[in-house]
Amino acid sequence: MTEQAIPASPVEADIEVFGALTDKEPQKPPRSQWKDVWDQFRKHKGAVFGGGFLIFITLGVIFGPWLWDIDPKTLDIRNKNWRPVYTLLWDDTAKAGWLHPFGTDQLGRDILAQMIAGGRVSMAVGWLAMGLALLIGTAIGVLSGYFKRLDFLLMRFTDLVLSLPILPLTLLAVTLFRQPLNSRFGPEGGMFILIVGIIGLTSWMQTARIVRGDILALKEREFILAARSIGTKSGKIIRRHLLPNVISPIMVSATLGLATAIITESALSFLGVGFPSDYPTWGKLLADAVQRMQDYPERVLLPGIAISLTVLSVNYLGDGLRDALDPRIRGR
Amino acid sequence: MLTFTFRRLILSIPTLLFISFIIFGLLQLAPGDPMAQVPLTVPPEVKQKMREALGLGAPWYVQYYKWLIQFFWIEPKIFIDYLTNTSFLLGWLPDTSLYNGELRVLSWQTRSPVMDIVMQRMPQTLWVVGLSYVVGIVIAIPIGIYSAYRHYSVFDQAGTFVTMIGFSIPPFFTGPLLIVIFSVYLGWLPSIYDTTHVVTDWESFKVQFFQMIMPVMVLALQTTAQISRYMRGAMLDNLNQDYVRTARAKGLREGVVVLVHVLRNSMIPVVTVIALGMPAIFGGAIITENVFKVNGIGQLLLTALFANDLPMVMTLTFIFAILIVLFNLIADVLYGLLDPRIRYD
Repeated sequence: MTEQAIPASPVEADIEVFGALTDKEPQKPPRSQWKDVWDQFRKHKGAVFGGGFLIFITLGVIFGPWLWDIDPKTLDIRNKNWRPVYTLLWDDTAKAGWLHPFGTDQLGRDILAQMIAGGRVSMAVGWLAMGLALLIGTAIGVLSGYFKRLDFLLMRFTDLVLSLPILPLTLLAVTLFRQPLNSRFGPEGGMFILIVGIIGLTSWMQTARIVRGDILALKEREFILAARSIGTKSGKIIRRHLLPNVISPIMVSATLGLATAIITESALSFLGVGFPSDYPTWGKLLADAVQRMQDYPERVLLPGIAISLTVLSVNYLGDGLRDALDPRIRGR
Repeated sequence: MLTFTFRRLILSIPTLLFISFIIFGLLQLAPGDPMAQVPLTVPPEVKQKMREALGLGAPWYVQYYKWLIQFFWIEPKIFIDYLTNTSFLLGWLPDTSLYNGELRVLSWQTRSPVMDIVMQRMPQTLWVVGLSYVVGIVIAIPIGIYSAYRHYSVFDQAGTFVTMIGFSIPPFFTGPLLIVIFSVYLGWLPSIYDTTHVVTDWESFKVQFFQMIMPVMVLALQTTAQISRYMRGAMLDNLNQDYVRTARAKGLREGVVVLVHVLRNSMIPVVTVIALGMPAIFGGAIITENVFKVNGIGQLLLTALFANDLPMVMTLTFIFAILIVLFNLIADVLYGLLDPRIRYD
């Protein structure tokens, strides 16, 4: 005689019969889009490291001066040309110590303090120039994608700016406009405004193109039609419906913009047209150290590594963001 | 295709005019005074005369017009004369003498024609830049193909990492780094590029070869990183397409499938990236030339900028602009040639 399980209720019996219809596992609670994005982002090890390092270096240069409170401009000629502390590992007689972990330069200024001060300038230029470029790029992209009448004009303008020789023009503008801005805002402030402005004004084009393409596609979708049919004004459609949907390409091009801004600023300082000589930035420290790199290679290496690692981490962050924000890749 | 090319060629003329106007406007707005270096003992009326002798007395549109005429009309005449009279390539043509002593674009530093100096400097830049681009492409394409073919393999992971590093390290860091390693510690390679060196025999060729390694490799690293990333991406897009399965199903060998079918389709975006990357490489050459002391046009631009030599700066920046517009045009035409779907005619 075969034992058959007696079903507790008729409904459950039905479910048992149509077994294919039951869920094998309990239903997951609904998830927000940003949680999905975060999960995908976490899978990309390089991106997580990159993001972490970027946060670390940004916080480091912001709060560094409180943790390491030696003034980067103080001359201490008796303690000049200290080597970094790690030289003690293979050379006991080296002039090094924990008093100046990264050593001092030819005028006795502490290199760690200079690196922090330089990083402050480099990162500030990077973030601000990127913000400016994003602002211009998004504005032009949205305007030209949304308003048909402006499209031709703005895109031809973008093409024209794209065919400008950026680095020569940047060099030109920085050398030519240094004087009036310096007399207006002081040598440091003037240069800062000039460099941020120039980098921002010359790197918005890619963002504009990407945003325009996305807006053109989004504009034809039903939800925009719905918004328009209930009488939403253009400005509101753009702010409430279009901009949140193009946030992901903007974020990806933000990372690219940050990387180029940091590199351009350092390149300008390296070529000797950047900030004034007693005002450290990473590119400036590197350029000043090139003459003495045979005796003190660490002075080239430290700022160079700082620039490279920051740019590398920003690029990895961009890679990870691109994967995480792309719904076709996400969830695979 | 021909009409498309022709139309683009005509469209590039207003673009170039616009760019030249922007550069000119920047130089006009700039407050730098070319007379700043003149001693204070020189009386103001003499200074005024000197200013007029430099052509600064005239209103801006006259200056701009004169520059346009000099650059687009007189300099080409001289170039044609040079081609037909002395050049190796076209010297067999009957000698022309189109140029008869008009005023050319003069450098304020040397008082000699700007284009003569540019022509002296151009070969150095072209050698270093061109060679580095070729080297970069030759390295990048196999890396891109193989890492896409073995997606997520160790080679792919390592390749992606290395190209990411090459992408991120700026040339003004790799340059000094290589100099420290290979010139200072190892002593294998010279740190300064000697442009007066003439190749006559095997020994001097070796010297030339060794001095070119570092500048070329620094520039090539950037190219390699960029192009191999694009190559990998394009190959990955194509490897999963239906036509690849069809090709395999027909029984074609794997090498043919990958290197003929997939590669040819993947090359379409990569070729345009190669053409579009060319101007950026010239920009990078400004830094590399500065690091390795190559006296090319990038270094010329820098010294002219510091010396406030406006005609030289204007002409050089515009030459960079011509390069960009030219390579954009080449990229467009190549795209049309390679991909019949997007021909515009």
